Amino acid sequence: MRIALFITCLADAMFPDVGRATTTLLRRLGHEVVFDADQVCCGQMHVNTGYQAEALPMVERFADLYAEADLVVAPSGSCVGSVRHQHPLVADRFGSRSLQRQTRKAAEHTYELSELLVDVLGVTDVGAHFPHRVTYHPTCHSLRMLRVGDKPLQLLRAVDAIDLVELPGADQCCGFGGTFAVKNADTSTAMLVDKMRAVLDTGAEFCTAGDSSCLMHIGGGLSRARAGARTIHLAQILASTAEDPFQPDVAPGSVTADAPVVAAPRRSGGVA
Amino acid sequence: MSTVLLGMPGLPPASPRGTGNLRGDEAFPDAARSALGNAQLRRNIAHATTTIRGKRAAVVGELPHWEQLREAGRQLKSHTMAHLDEYLVQLEAAVTARGGVVHWARDAAEANRIVTELVRATGSDEVVKVKSMATQEIGLNEHLEAEGIAAVETDLAELIVQLGHDKPSHILVPAIHRNRTEIREIFLREMGDAPADLTDEPSALAAAARRHLRRKFLSARVAVSGANFAVAETGTLSVVESEGNGRMCLTLPQTLITVMGIEKVVPRVQDLEVFLQLLPRSSTGERMNPYTSMWTGVTPGDGPQEFHLVLLDNGRTRVLADEHGRDALNCIRCSACLNVCPVYERTGGHAYGSVYPGPIGAVLSPQLTGVEDNASLPYASSLCGACYDACPVKIDIPSMLVHLRAEHVEEHRRQSRTPAVESVVMRTLSWVMGHPRRWTAAARMGRLGRLLRGRRGTIGALPGPVVGGWTSARDLPAPPTQTFRDWWRGQEDQK
Ligand code: SF4
Repeated sequence: MRIALFITCLADAMFPDVGRATTTLLRRLGHEVVFDADQVCCGQMHVNTGYQAEALPMVERFADLYAEADLVVAPSGSCVGSVRHQHPLVADRFGSRSLQRQTRKAAEHTYELSELLVDVLGVTDVGAHFPHRVTYHPTCHSLRMLRVGDKPLQLLRAVDAIDLVELPGADQCCGFGGTFAVKNADTSTAMLVDKMRAVLDTGAEFCTAGDSSCLMHIGGGLSRARAGARTIHLAQILASTAEDPFQPDVAPGSVTADAPVVAAPRRSGGVA
Repeated sequence: MSTVLLGMPGLPPASPRGTGNLRGDEAFPDAARSALGNAQLRRNIAHATTTIRGKRAAVVGELPHWEQLREAGRQLKSHTMAHLDEYLVQLEAAVTARGGVVHWARDAAEANRIVTELVRATGSDEVVKVKSMATQEIGLNEHLEAEGIAAVETDLAELIVQLGHDKPSHILVPAIHRNRTEIREIFLREMGDAPADLTDEPSALAAAARRHLRRKFLSARVAVSGANFAVAETGTLSVVESEGNGRMCLTLPQTLITVMGIEKVVPRVQDLEVFLQLLPRSSTGERMNPYTSMWTGVTPGDGPQEFHLVLLDNGRTRVLADEHGRDALNCIRCSACLNVCPVYERTGGHAYGSVYPGPIGAVLSPQLTGVEDNASLPYASSLCGACYDACPVKIDIPSMLVHLRAEHVEEHRRQSRTPAVESVVMRTLSWVMGHPRRWTAAARMGRLGRLLRGRRGTIGALPGPVVGGWTSARDLPAPPTQTFRDWWRGQEDQK
C-alpha cells in the first residue's frame, strides 16, 4: 500500500530516528512510504493552549495535503487525536464549508502507527527482534482519545527476544500535557516523578510509547535523574531486527544519547 | 436616569464578585506549588483518592449495562437543560401546590438575603445544615454568621472543616485533606464537648461528633439543605447521603429551607432510577447510599411545617447560553472526576480556589464567574481524559477545558491592547509552523541548540520563564544533526 507519512513537527526537528524507524518498518512490510515536504505541524499545541485561530493555517495545510490520500500514518497518538478531534473543531469555527468537509475526510484515513499496523494492515508480528527489557506506557491520548487499547502491546508481545514487563499504574498520566508541563511545571514534575518511579520499579532498560512528546518528558526526567533507564519510541523497537538492530542514536537525537544500550553505564564523559 | 433596551438580550450575568466562594486569591500554579510541598496533605489525599478509586471501579465493573446507564444519564440531563425554563416553572407550581414556598435568587447575594430573612422570621438564631455545595458556593455560612445566625454543619467531614476554620477541599469529602490525628486535635480544641480521653480511632471520632450533633438536632428549629434532585412533575426534593445527619435535619426542625442550583431539576420521578444508580457508585463506590430522603411540600403533622425552596441562578443561565460549555450543568456532583484526576490527587482541592475543585471545578468555576476571574483553572489539567471516562453523565471535560482556554485567549485579546508574551510567541509559531519553507529553516536552526548541550549530549537546566519550567526537572534532548526532512531528501537523492 501507499502510505503517506505525517512525521509531526516534534519528530521532524527533534526525533528524526522515529521517522526513519517508521519508514524502515513499513518498507520492510512491503509498503510504499511517501513523504510530502510541504507538511508542517498539526496545530495541537496551539489549540490546547487556546490559540485556535492561529492553528488554522496548519489545519488547512493538513486537509490540503491529505484529504485525498489513501492512508496517512503519524507516529504520535496525540497528533492523530488532534487531527480527528481538533481539526474539525477549528474548521467549524474559522474555516470554510469546504475545509470543514476536507478535515473530516482527511481524519477518516489518518492513523496512529499501532492502529495502522493492527487494524488496517492486519499484522501484529512485524518480524522485529529486540533483546531488552521493555515496559510500555500507553499515553493518555492513545489510550483515551484514540482508544488504541492493547494494540501496541499486541505488537510488542510479538517481538522476538523482548522481555516485556507490565508498568504499574500504566494508565496514569505522565504529566506532560503540552504547555501544561511549562505552565504548571511543578504539578507536571510531581506527576513525572511518580511515572519515573513506576518505570524504574520494573527494572526495564527502556520505557516505550507511541508518542515522542510524552517520551521526551519521561526521558528528560530519567536523564536528569541519571536513572539508567531510557525511552524509545514504539516504532524504533518494531523497526529493530537481528540483522539490523536498534542503534542508540550516536548522532544525538534521543534523549539519553550517551546511555549505551548493552554496556554498563559510563562513569563520566559522553559520546556526544 | 434609566434606559429601556429592547434589543437582543446580552449574556446573562456571571456570579458577582465579592460574595460566595467561587474565586481564589491565587492563580492555580502558585497555589499548587504550596500544596505540592505539603507532604502530609499529599499523603492524605493520595491515600483517600486511591482507596475510593478502587471501590468505584469495583462497583462500576459489576454492572454490565453501565455504559447504557451513563448514556441515559447524559440524555436525561441534556434534555432537561434544553427545556430548563419549562421544568423550573413546572417545579415551582408543584412545590407551591403542596404547600411549599418557592423563591428565585438571581445570584449569591440575593440567595443569602432570602435565607437570612427566612431564618429571621422564625425568630431562631441557629440553623442546622445538611452538607450542600450550593450553600458553600454562595458563602451562606459566612453571611449568616455576619448577621448573627450560627450555622452548624452536621455532615461529619463538613463539621471537621467548620471546626478547623478550614475550607472544603473535595465535593464529597470536604475534609479529605485531613487525617484522623489532625481530626482528633481539631475536635479536642474546638468542639467544646469532646471527651478529654478522645482517641484517633475512627469510631471514637464518629461517636464524639454524634454526641455533639445530637444536641444540635434536638434543639434546632430551622434546617438549611441543598438538594441532589428536584422532580418537576411532583415537586419532590431529594437528598442523598451516607450518615443520616441529613435525615435528621430534614425531618426534625419546624422550618426547612432548601437552596438548590436551578440545574438540579429532573422531569419525572422515574428519572431518579437512573441517577440513583449512577450517583452512589460513582461517588462513594457503594451500590446504594445508606439514606435517600425525599419530601414533597409540607405534610401536616409530620416533618417540617414550613418549607422554602430557593432556586439559585448565580451564573448558571450564562453557562446554559454557551453551547460548548453548558454540559457542565449536567454534573451530579459525584466527585468521581476529582478522585481519578492526577492533578487533583497531587494538589488537593484548595489549589483551585473555588468550592468546586478538580476537573469539574476547572470548567464550572470559570464559567460561573466569567473566565477572566478564574483564568488559570482551564489550564490546570494535562488533558489526560481520565475525568471524561469516569463521569457518570459523560461530561467531556477535556474538550470543555480546551474551549475555555480559547475563550480566555480571545477575551484577553479583546480587552488588552498590548498582547501577552505568550500570544506573540504563539502567533510567531503559527507563522513559522504553518508554512513549510519557514518550518524547514526553523527546524534546521534547532541544530543551534546543540551548542547548549552538555557532555551527556543533552541540555540541562536553563534559565528563563519558558524553558526554565521544563529544564528545572527534565533534560532537554539536544537537537539532532539532521532533521527528518533533510534525511528524507538525502535518501531520495541516493535512489
Ligand atoms: S463532572 Fe461528572 S464526574 Fe465530575 S462530579 Fe460532575 S458528574 Fe461527577
